[in-house]
Amino acid sequence: MSGMRYEAPGSVDEAVTLLADAKGDARVLAGGTDLLVQIRAGMISPDLVVDIKKIAETKGITANGGGFSVGASVPGAELGAHAAFKAAWPGVVEGAELIGSTQVQGRATMAGNLCNASPAADSVPALIAAGATCTVVGPKGRREVPVGDIPTGPGKTSLADGEFIVDIKLPARPAHASDAYLRMIPRTEMDIAIVGAGVNLVLDDSGTCIEACVVLGAVGPKTIIVADAAAALVGSKVDAAALAAVSAAASAAATPIDDKRGTVEYRTKVAGVMASRAAAIAADRARSK
Amino acid sequence: MAKQHITTTINGEESEYLCEAQETLLDVLRDQVGLTGTKEGCSSGDCGACSVMLDGVLVCSCLVLGVEAEGKTVETIEGMADGDELHPLQQKFLEEAALQCGFCTPGVLVAAKALLDMNNNPTETEVRYWLAGNLCRCTGYDKIIRAVMDTAADMRGASA
Repeated sequence: MSGMRYEAPGSVDEAVTLLADAKGDARVLAGGTDLLVQIRAGMISPDLVVDIKKIAETKGITANGGGFSVGASVPGAELGAHAAFKAAWPGVVEGAELIGSTQVQGRATMAGNLCNASPAADSVPALIAAGATCTVVGPKGRREVPVGDIPTGPGKTSLADGEFIVDIKLPARPAHASDAYLRMIPRTEMDIAIVGAGVNLVLDDSGTCIEACVVLGAVGPKTIIVADAAAALVGSKVDAAALAAVSAAASAAATPIDDKRGTVEYRTKVAGVMASRAAAIAADRARSK
Repeated sequence: MAKQHITTTINGEESEYLCEAQETLLDVLRDQVGLTGTKEGCSSGDCGACSVMLDGVLVCSCLVLGVEAEGKTVETIEGMADGDELHPLQQKFLEEAALQCGFCTPGVLVAAKALLDMNNNPTETEVRYWLAGNLCRCTGYDKIIRAVMDTAADMRGASA
């Protein structure tokens, strides 16, 4: 812990240079709700911490071309307070708002949740279902990456040395489109998901589903995109038969661990329940748009 | 590594301190500034005993670096009373015995004030979820929740 250096650059270029020139372990700080815990626990002892919150590109939620760009240092509390973003992506917001307490919401970011790469990260399934991408910057320049390509396993990401995320982009929405995220925890609040399910879907004017994505969290080392569940939704009116098929497909796709917080049997069953309920909520929301 | 010189506003007064990069705002408040009302419970963002307002946002000061407070405003429990006059929440917590050992109380009060400043008519469910990140091992929470609800009712009565 001794000798840690702190820098808060004002631009992406300065941050990239700091990280590229760093000797030893360099870490990016946004909300800090994972980083500071890891430092305090002695899991890591970075030589350099680069705070990206003063970089303009990482701030705020901006509408662009019908979609949104959410800066990497935007905390959950700011997402929840943004009426237009919440109306367009209620599932993404409810995933992000489930992370930690009110105090943690004042700091924790979706980009940090993504880079922490926990299989149980609450904001990630809905972001993947939404088709979100993120802007990654680093010594080799800038690239747009699907959000789901960032975590590669528990605690591991595809980010190369010196790379970090500056924003997360959500695409433009057609009419009758919405999303939802549900999680199961053994307590009623302040716990880590044993199952998470994000569903994003689009209906046509007659209420038939024309596009869907169903993503499970916390039931495998990575999030799981359940193509069979999406296939069950597309072409249906999101009725009881379709929801039963979503539930069966999600349970079949789940590959959970077995521990005192939930057995394999329980998590497998609940994966189906969460996925079908999230699909029903997303469809209700889409019908009212 | 040389200590960094930080200028910040704490409870309305400009304040300066020197801190190492890895020191948290909680460490700085308690050990450098001498404001020990903010408590260290878990130091991992789970218990809420170290709750403060940072630029008007409720945070755990154990999850903020001291250097991050440069140019920002910090409000702690020490700034809650107006001189000798307790904040209505503090008064109500005393009247209704919404504390026992008192260790969680500063964090609970700072968090509850943040809620009532934004919404003076919360439901019990809203209060319980808002304060879910403030752990109390004594009261069983009911008295805390009731004191916050009763303070809110008083504040609505006073402003009506």
